[in-house]
Amino acid sequence: MTAFEVNGRKVDLEVDPRESLLAVLQDRLHLYGTKKGCDHGQCGACTVHLDGRRVVSCLTLASQVEGREVRTIEGVAGEDGTLHPLQRAFIDNDAMQCGYCTPGQIMSGLACIAEGHTGDDDEIREYMSGNLCRCGAYVGIVAAIRQVAGPAEA
Amino acid sequence: MTQTARGTGSDLGVGAGVPRPDGLLKVTGEFAYSSDLYLADMLWGATLRSPHPSAWIRAVDVGPALAMPGVHAVLTHEDVPGERFYGLEHKDQPVLAIDQVRYQGEPVAIVAADHPETARRAADAIVVTYEPREAVTDPRRALFDPGCPKVGPEGNLVRHQPVRVGTVPPTAEVVVTGEYEVGMQDQAFLGPESGLAVPAEDGGVELFVATQWLHVDQDQIAPCLGLPKDKVRLALAGVGGAFGAREDLSMQVHACMLALRTGRPVKFVYGREESFFGHVHRHPARMRYEHGATREGRLVYVKAEIVLDGGAYRSSSPAVVGNAASLGVGPYEVDNIHIDAYGAYTNNPPCGAMRGFGAVQACYAYESQMDRLAEACGLDPVEIRVRNAVSQGSRMATGQVIDSPAPLAGMLRELAAMPLPGSSCSPDLRALPGGVAQTTHGEGVRRGVGYGVGIKNICFSEGFDDYSTARVRVELLGDEPHILVHTAAAEVGQGLVTVQAQIARTELAELADLGAARVTVAPADTSVGSAGSSSASRQSYVTGGAVRAACVAVRERLAALRAEHPGLGPAELLRAHGPVEETREYRHRPTHPMDPLTGQGDSHVQLALCVHRAVVDVDVDLGLVKVVELAAVQDVGKILNPPALEGQIHGGSAQGLGLALMEEIQVRDGRVLNPSFTDYLIPTILDMPPMRLSILENPDPAAPYGLRGAGEPPTLSSTPAIAAAVRAASGLALPRVPIRPQDIALAPAAPAR
Repeated sequence: MTAFEVNGRKVDLEVDPRESLLAVLQDRLHLYGTKKGCDHGQCGACTVHLDGRRVVSCLTLASQVEGREVRTIEGVAGEDGTLHPLQRAFIDNDAMQCGYCTPGQIMSGLACIAEGHTGDDDEIREYMSGNLCRCGAYVGIVAAIRQVAGPAEA
Repeated sequence: MTQTARGTGSDLGVGAGVPRPDGLLKVTGEFAYSSDLYLADMLWGATLRSPHPSAWIRAVDVGPALAMPGVHAVLTHEDVPGERFYGLEHKDQPVLAIDQVRYQGEPVAIVAADHPETARRAADAIVVTYEPREAVTDPRRALFDPGCPKVGPEGNLVRHQPVRVGTVPPTAEVVVTGEYEVGMQDQAFLGPESGLAVPAEDGGVELFVATQWLHVDQDQIAPCLGLPKDKVRLALAGVGGAFGAREDLSMQVHACMLALRTGRPVKFVYGREESFFGHVHRHPARMRYEHGATREGRLVYVKAEIVLDGGAYRSSSPAVVGNAASLGVGPYEVDNIHIDAYGAYTNNPPCGAMRGFGAVQACYAYESQMDRLAEACGLDPVEIRVRNAVSQGSRMATGQVIDSPAPLAGMLRELAAMPLPGSSCSPDLRALPGGVAQTTHGEGVRRGVGYGVGIKNICFSEGFDDYSTARVRVELLGDEPHILVHTAAAEVGQGLVTVQAQIARTELAELADLGAARVTVAPADTSVGSAGSSSASRQSYVTGGAVRAACVAVRERLAALRAEHPGLGPAELLRAHGPVEETREYRHRPTHPMDPLTGQGDSHVQLALCVHRAVVDVDVDLGLVKVVELAAVQDVGKILNPPALEGQIHGGSAQGLGLALMEEIQVRDGRVLNPSFTDYLIPTILDMPPMRLSILENPDPAAPYGLRGAGEPPTLSSTPAIAAAVRAASGLALPRVPIRPQDIALAPAAPAR
């Protein structure tokens, strides 16, 4: 059995050694907010936090998360449904169109802010470059992260 | 997904920057995309596809797959209950291959199993005996070599559309010629093809699917299942991007067949690699152009041959050829035109709709020619375009007169007057082409500026009966007036649900001001009439028009009721009378076919202009390009929702940037070499520069609110603008997009022009 936490809830599952964390989140826990765009670590749509660090869940084996904390997009808003300021900022800045990449963008954006990589917009772009957005909502994504991170450094 | 929002009419009506109502679900991960659907007893589908671009099928043995535990059904073409062929315009594509395959990736058999991995392995266990044969992969040979094997049902010509205007003289004072190529671009939506088919008690089936046009899917699926249309009911699941790739069927018939056979719900989700084989692509093009002009740069004639490779099946190739022909000289006044546009059948991957639809390819070529002409005449690239620019009243290549504002010259002047970004003498690697992967100190970096102009037809053309349907219902819910808007129009991310609600608020503002501010846009499904496709930049126009018409009808009914019951407010009226509901179809004015010999005819309903300026830094040693800035001027007639509109211009420009610099499905001998995001590159946040936008509102009096479709035009003009900027920086001819690093770094020493 593999025991870990997802969004603060304990999970204990028999996982196949070949099963990815993404597959377990979607097919076993029915947490479909984490998206599969490529299943090869190329698009970033499946980004989640593992012990506070961002990882692509498609390249993370479920068996690797034993005893660790996983946070997905479903765990970002408050228990009462209050949006996280970055979720609010994505809406305010229309930082999405189809929205398929959005959960991954928000998980990466939260990490980008936590890591302190928001000194200027170029730095945000550098540290958000692992998350593809085919609709091209990049302008809004930078603006949303900037809104939460505060003004750029001089 | 039901979308409800509150607010008053004026601040949430047409023109306001209303946030998208589906935004909340999208930022919380709760928005249900087609790939997220789940039923406890569902089976998983998988598809066996041809590894060969062209082969006879001598035998198919499904026995080993059927013998696997967990497998519930394995079906081939023999199991198709109804018609065995489907297609958007012409039913030439088999549901499952019949005795032969015509492209790599063609579906041969389908499987349903209790686990996706079991389904995939079972598909692999099917034994197909192929006899490969010569694949036709050169579209020119397919069209012009009489000895070439036939791929299509009656040969290899999908459509030949000539355009003949005036008499092309043998020469002119200035003549420039060019041969141009556009590679095969993929829509590469991030949410792969997926859907869930659920067998229904009446012997029919319900399909929850990500598509661009529910009713055209239904029209194609039902005959293949041998069912009447009312037994094939579709509902739109969340769509993870579209861009044209969801206009053709993918897994729809397959999922329904398996659901009906097994009596269980069946879900399909393509993987990324499979997605590259699961939908049509943008037609690769080979184009020869000759422009003749006076010394002053005034166009005298344009001659062009445009060859579009449609691949193995027809899809929407005929309409793509029509666009390339009718828009083949661009938004320029030319008295003498001789164009031949062809679509070819080959054994390459099938091509069809992608944002820009035939206009993109021609735009790249004619704009490249305009730059060559400018150089030959010693003129500035903006000036040559201004001198030839169309305006309201100009005649297009088809003879159609542009009857609404088309202020191209002014747009170009405004664009050219925008300030240029500062030069990049920053020591920061991130500012250099290649970014932190740079291996030099930028010694080879050169700056270039380029311009591009595009013209796109909006809505379906050439006599197509293009319409949408809207049902609007006003009733009391919880004793408050409530407006329900129901259409079958596909929200694919463009913000159509937002705009539908905005229109309802504007048209029923009288109610809204009295408190009836709750507007719900109902989920799209086939229980209401067709809305047509979410393509051709047409939904704001056509579905917007239908929603407006239905709202007006509701308003008139309420006014009549009020006349009967003076003194009652809307709520009292609804309480006394009950709900008021009206359904309306909206058609734009008719269009007409192009003459098959001359291409003449009023084939388009609306034409939209966009102009781009690109500023690039090119590392001529390494062949790397950084787009420093894109600026655009677009005339949209009327802005319905500013942020949604800007998003469309950003997104369209990004996809044009991709075509200019990186995006190409590489096909060799009919086989795709790069079906992954490692090898098929799309622009990242680092590739997409800041944009400077100027959006004009010169209304089209024929269109609802004066609007002009906006999603596609920026996809046209950004590509040639970037290509021109790279040429300006490098001094190279670069007659092909995407421009690859080796095209710059390994180019012959002497510039080719």
